[in-house]
Amino acid sequence: MPESRSAILQQIRAALGRGPLSDSAAAALDARRPAHTRIAVDDDDLVARFVSRFESRSGTVARVSGVDAIPAAVDAYRQAHGLPPRAAVARPLAGLPWPAGFAHHPGPAGQDEQMSVTPCLAGIAEIGSLILASGPDSPTTLNFVPDHHLIVLPAGHIVRHFEDAWTLLRALPGGLPRATNIISGPSRTGDVELTIQLGAHGPRSVHVLLVDDAPAAAA
Amino acid sequence: MDVSSPRFKEKAVIALANPTLRQALGQSRKGFVNKRAELVAALPEFEALRDQARDVKDHVLENLDHYLERFDNAVTAAGGHVHWARDAEEARNIILDICERVQARTITKGKSMVSEEVNLNAALEARGYTVVETDLGEYIIQLAKEPPSHIIAPAIHKTKEQVSELFEAAHGGPRKTTVADLVTEARLVLRDKYFKADVGITGGNYLVAETGSSIIVTNEGNGDLTQTLAKVHIVTSGIERIVPTLEDVSLFLRILARSATGQETETYTTLSTGPRRPGDVDGPEEFHVVLVDNGRSKMLGGKFQDMLRCIRCGACMNHCPVYGAVGGHAYGWVYPGPMGSVLTPLFVGLDATYDLPNACTLNGRCQSVCPVRIPLPELLRELRHQQHQRGISPPVQRRALGVWRFVAERPGLYQFANRLAARALKGLGGRDGRLRHLPFAGGWTALRDLPAPEGKTFLELWHTRKT
Repeated sequence: MPESRSAILQQIRAALGRGPLSDSAAAALDARRPAHTRIAVDDDDLVARFVSRFESRSGTVARVSGVDAIPAAVDAYRQAHGLPPRAAVARPLAGLPWPAGFAHHPGPAGQDEQMSVTPCLAGIAEIGSLILASGPDSPTTLNFVPDHHLIVLPAGHIVRHFEDAWTLLRALPGGLPRATNIISGPSRTGDVELTIQLGAHGPRSVHVLLVDDAPAAAA
Repeated sequence: MDVSSPRFKEKAVIALANPTLRQALGQSRKGFVNKRAELVAALPEFEALRDQARDVKDHVLENLDHYLERFDNAVTAAGGHVHWARDAEEARNIILDICERVQARTITKGKSMVSEEVNLNAALEARGYTVVETDLGEYIIQLAKEPPSHIIAPAIHKTKEQVSELFEAAHGGPRKTTVADLVTEARLVLRDKYFKADVGITGGNYLVAETGSSIIVTNEGNGDLTQTLAKVHIVTSGIERIVPTLEDVSLFLRILARSATGQETETYTTLSTGPRRPGDVDGPEEFHVVLVDNGRSKMLGGKFQDMLRCIRCGACMNHCPVYGAVGGHAYGWVYPGPMGSVLTPLFVGLDATYDLPNACTLNGRCQSVCPVRIPLPELLRELRHQQHQRGISPPVQRRALGVWRFVAERPGLYQFANRLAARALKGLGGRDGRLRHLPFAGGWTALRDLPAPEGKTFLELWHTRKT
């Protein structure tokens, strides 16, 4: 309600003992880009740090030799987990050489979806997380509804810090996507006696396909 | 939510005599406290991050009007709607209006302390909506018809056996006895609800002024399913939860999980920026943010402004010996522990909450772990001061303090009284030098003996040594 907006702003200014900020003061605030302390990521090998952090939270990682090897890696995972030959596969990955008999659709993921394969914007080495930007090429339901979420991450797309990921986000054509998901492993809960249990509501398993020498095709 | 803070003492006594509660709370001490300590010890940057987090929060509070306006503009530019609520009733009405307009039936909810604060569920249920809490802890206490007892782990007071009973009663048998089976059962039950939901309501850990994004940080993914699958996403958040830029978000992400649950990061951090866009195949069609004041703006510029830095991590209650002994329900409202003992009197009034600032030993552990360095003991002492000034403290205590003050302002009399007391207590202490009963302090001596003074005052000993 407009009157509540002005009442709250007025109350804030009264409490702070001033009126609205001058244009120049407001402009100075808008230009503020702080450089806060970052966590030391000494390790020059960002890939190794990403993998160790991600695996420390029960995420799994498979090295894949190139983009064309992704379907075989997906199929190996599928068979190891006894899943049917069917998945929600995000559009940018649809053109890969999927095996005959493997059914895939671009989403959204419905209630009985068991597996999804998606791209991501980047990996973040600092804490070993993946950052995914929603859009027609990466529907959000693929990240949360299926039991098994497979994420394609080219090794060259691992950045050091959150701040590096923000730079990528700001550079996207439409600016920030509707949903930006930073995913750090399988869904978990500690709500019953603080016993950690995987697969609370989201995926029980998050599996990264780390593509060794893959250029932008999967991004 | 009704305020039962006036019954703190009574509820604390009941809690202390409850072995099940003590068992459940024992787990929390072990888990959160130790894991946090390990991570902090491994992070040399942690103290610098705390300083910076404090400074950013202070900066935001000093310019809160500006950042709120920027946030409002950015949300609108992204196709969302911002609603401003002066108080709890206005917040409820805004949400009720949205639900009515979209003809909602089922409403799913991610964890939101602000929605507890404005007593949203009762208002929604009174209008006939089916309201489903989806955070496992919140779901458990919704079934138990109880308020949360911890801001991060709402069902921390429940044992596995109690959860088994609740689930059996709600879902039918067979009874599940392992944590894994209980979690799976809740997962299956709640899946249907996400897909059925018309409106999904979540909290907001951070609101980013630069981008108009609201951020939730969760481990379960329930908040994401809630806000992705419902037709309408409503965020409820306090006006103080603004951060200026994404750079500031990184700072807070580095301290939040470590302080809250002792994790390097929670599993999911999600930035929501507006509703579904052209070409999107999922996501909510409407995106609303309800900015709730409810007394916050009045805390600005005064003695309690520091409290507005709070990022709701729960570290203070995890480390509080009083919370650890009595649990969260004794505090009688939404926010328990040290931060709750400051916020509750400010939000619901000093009169109904007399015991809360006084149920503190001023040991300072809360302040020593607070990621934004809120001087909680100082704020609690200030509340006691205000209680005294406004005549809310009990007459006996006021008279006793009056007598003490009279004596303390007269050094001769004070020293004489001290000498008298030291000798009398030594006599009462007897041969083993221990006092088993004390007048006016029966509660203290009921559980332990007081070592008796040795007969001379400090000043007397000092003079003896000097000569």
